[in-house]
Amino acid sequence: MRRTECATTNLRPLMTTEAISSKPVHSVSGVTVRLVGDSGDGMQLLGTQLTNTSALSGNDVATFPDFPAEIRAPRGTRAGVSGFQVQFASHEVHTPGDSLDALVAMNPAALVTNLADLIKGGLLIVNEDSFEDKDLKLAKLKTNPLEEPAMENYRLIKVPMTRLTKEAVAEFGLSVKEADRCKNFFAMGLVYWLYGRNMDATLRFIHGKFGDGKSVIAQANEKALRAGWAFGETIEGIGHSYRIEPAKLAPGTYRNIMGNQALAWGLLAAAQRSGKDMFYGTYPITPASDILHELAKFKNFGVCTFQAEDEIAAVCSAIGAAYGGQMAVTTSSGPGIALKAEAMGLALMLELPMLIIDVQRGGPSTGLPTKTEQADLLQVMFGRNGEAPLPVLAARSPADCFEIVQEAWMIATQLMLPVIVLSDGYIANGAEPWAIPDMSKLSPIKVEHPSENNNPDGPFKPYARNELLARPWAIPGTPGLMHRVGGLEKEDGTGNISYDPDNHQKMVNIRAQKVANAAKLLPPQQVIGPQSGDLLVISWGGTYGTCLTAVQQAQAEGHSVALAHIRYMNPFPSNLGEVISRYKNVLIPELNMGQLRMLIRNRYLVDAIGFNKVKGKPFTVRELHEKIVEHCKSPSRQEAHAK
Amino acid sequence: MSTALPVLKADDFASDQDVRWCPGCGDYSILAQMKKVLPEIGVPPEQTVFISGIGCSSRFPYYVNTYGVHSIHGRAPAVATGLKLARPDLSVWVITGDGDALSIGGNHFIHLLRRNVDLNIILFNNRIYGLTKGQYSPTSVEGQITKSTPMGVVDHPLNPISVAVGAEATFIARSVDSNVKHLAYTLKRAAAHKGTSFVEVYQNCNVFNDGAWSYAQDKATRDDTTIELEHGKPMIFGKDRDKGIRLNGLNLEVVDLKDGKVKEDDLLFHDEQANSTLVYMLSRMRRPEFPEPIGVFRDVRTETFEEAVHGQIEQVVAKKGRGDLQKLFNSGDTWRVN
Repeated sequence: MRRTECATTNLRPLMTTEAISSKPVHSVSGVTVRLVGDSGDGMQLLGTQLTNTSALSGNDVATFPDFPAEIRAPRGTRAGVSGFQVQFASHEVHTPGDSLDALVAMNPAALVTNLADLIKGGLLIVNEDSFEDKDLKLAKLKTNPLEEPAMENYRLIKVPMTRLTKEAVAEFGLSVKEADRCKNFFAMGLVYWLYGRNMDATLRFIHGKFGDGKSVIAQANEKALRAGWAFGETIEGIGHSYRIEPAKLAPGTYRNIMGNQALAWGLLAAAQRSGKDMFYGTYPITPASDILHELAKFKNFGVCTFQAEDEIAAVCSAIGAAYGGQMAVTTSSGPGIALKAEAMGLALMLELPMLIIDVQRGGPSTGLPTKTEQADLLQVMFGRNGEAPLPVLAARSPADCFEIVQEAWMIATQLMLPVIVLSDGYIANGAEPWAIPDMSKLSPIKVEHPSENNNPDGPFKPYARNELLARPWAIPGTPGLMHRVGGLEKEDGTGNISYDPDNHQKMVNIRAQKVANAAKLLPPQQVIGPQSGDLLVISWGGTYGTCLTAVQQAQAEGHSVALAHIRYMNPFPSNLGEVISRYKNVLIPELNMGQLRMLIRNRYLVDAIGFNKVKGKPFTVRELHEKIVEHCKSPSRQEAHAK
Repeated sequence: MSTALPVLKADDFASDQDVRWCPGCGDYSILAQMKKVLPEIGVPPEQTVFISGIGCSSRFPYYVNTYGVHSIHGRAPAVATGLKLARPDLSVWVITGDGDALSIGGNHFIHLLRRNVDLNIILFNNRIYGLTKGQYSPTSVEGQITKSTPMGVVDHPLNPISVAVGAEATFIARSVDSNVKHLAYTLKRAAAHKGTSFVEVYQNCNVFNDGAWSYAQDKATRDDTTIELEHGKPMIFGKDRDKGIRLNGLNLEVVDLKDGKVKEDDLLFHDEQANSTLVYMLSRMRRPEFPEPIGVFRDVRTETFEEAVHGQIEQVVAKKGRGDLQKLFNSGDTWRVN
């Protein structure tokens, strides 16, 4: 029998908040809620709290924060709308949900830009105090949407949040502005009541963030939270609340984790497993900066973070540290990776191990900084001068970021190569439950530095090679192994500058073969579903959850479809071509215009079908499912060609 | 029983590679002085790393038998910063040129200096792009005819020393390729300084910009066209040591010492720890109005970048102990599924 319990004994609850609703409770298997308001309204905070609380109550969770690139866009405008969507359920969830069971809108702009996603009959909670004429004007609305007939499609609950919050916190003597800021906690209280959430973790958060029990701000926020809860209990418009039972996750200790956090922690784990200190050179860029913020906190874990003067200096500093023998890492997003391209070529010529992490965002150029996209695949594959292949791995979910960077570091050290890891904005800011690993059970990542000259007849040969074609990682400070490395073509073995035509051909071949050798270190491609059939869906990166959910839906309906989620983008798993050959058709959904499809078509000469979207948003399960069903029924590609 | 340390000679720092600079290039002289100075500094070859960018000067690492990285254009300071942060135990030299350091690598150059990373950066200034065969550089003079400026350079040149002062470099010096004694002395001073040591070397490109520094190289003229900076001494120059530099209000001026009206005590006494305004004024001394200063402009000790960075790390470790990943992962809100 599985059961969940709260293991936060190290944090004493401030007071018991196991409040039980006196109204009827309806049991549901899962809910999707979106909270929307001004970018300064604290929607991200609210969403994170709801996520943590839901995870702590044992639900599986998946989130989708969606916010503008501007820090404080003009108040009340559509451009300033910030949202946070979370799905929590008593079953496994792999996506934040397509359509909303409930929408909480703090102002008219937030309402009109999000209402389309609310299901018919869905719960719509609005702050009715923010629907004055001036608010409507800011949202560029001529009429009040709350008075439209379309509202009949929803269970509309109008809550005078501003007024009720003000009254609730009156005793604390806050300024009008301070009191107004508490209203997001009022909204949270109502949502907590509605879904039977326990308020303890959020109360701990409030008192941790705004000071101890004596802080007036903390007390006011707590009061607002409780007032929101009480409002749900008393208002007649809401007849019942909901219960979502804990999900049946694999046994273990869990915590909620975000993608960038998991990535940073994975790097710490990789360093520890290889007995290395980490050098992390980077430059701030959305959506990768949180990795820097996270790692900068852990100076006592053998981490040196360096905020360089630019992207180029960031990657070059990592190259310097790698030459010095440390675990060197640089992170960025698409525009920064473009700047790092030349140095990445240098790193591959020097044949030094390091990690280059690209948290993708909407492009090209500055593009959509806070929105997600998978359009850097071809950039990281080919965006360097000359014949310059590098291994590329792609994370599939927030928790997977923890695993993938360790795997990447293993490949980098075994092959003496820079390795690229792709994440994206959706993964970076998304959260999910993470089974905390037992560090003592993770095997070491073996790293060797030679101390003996490998050449009995002369100077040390820095480009001598082992069976995987890796060269020795000799580091400065080692007597007798002095050597020079550089970006000029070099003679194999000695590393001396060489312009010899045959040597250049040989070195280009070796560098390509080294990358290809990574496939020997990696597991074969697995499929989820039948081993052969009508349709193979090939996914990569952050679309995993949506693709898996859509494929499983189609499978449950009896369609002959399987999912191959690719983690190793370069080199591909050695059996991938054979896997593809077992299905009549291949569908490749991507949040780009067909980049993996181009690689698959080129490599396996297969007429793969694309399903592509670049709207800065993830796929919905619905649209994917529709596409999958459509192509399960299409004639096979061979038949289509025969015609 | 103690083992005597081996005494190193210049040859111990020579690599097995053929030097491929043009015959007569000023780089040969700088390489020779470096190989002469390295054994005297007392750092063994395996503890020494040369890092360069791109350009004629940047081939330098291949010619010394130490560790070395021939990196990409302009980025040597960034590579060196990463190496030095990772390995503060190493003695790091950056070799660069006027195009490499001041044009494509200008950003890294100023940030290296302002951070005060403990390494030595030697800028071979020949006022031309040599490796790409003769285009003008950021230190080329106005009107200079080059392949890319057939009607003359219209850019205003950068003054490397002024830039270094602006970036608050803690060690700033200038020397001349052919003045081997002075060059060796300057390199040694740079090595002795803790923090970023910046040395500009007037270096002759005898193929594309021959004679650019002849006034400072030629024994017949150099005493009148340059002035050697000596800490604590009055600024006197000239073949007959009959001219001096005096501070007049906020201006420097050349004064005649012959007639005895101006005494030595009236002159500016060079102070390597002087405020940066004065160092900046020295950096602006250009011929023909002034003799150009040679020597150490500035030498002050402040905290180095790696001292500060590792100081913070040590502080946290002292306070919290070495981090425990398992504890970190299990901290905060967790739940158990049985």
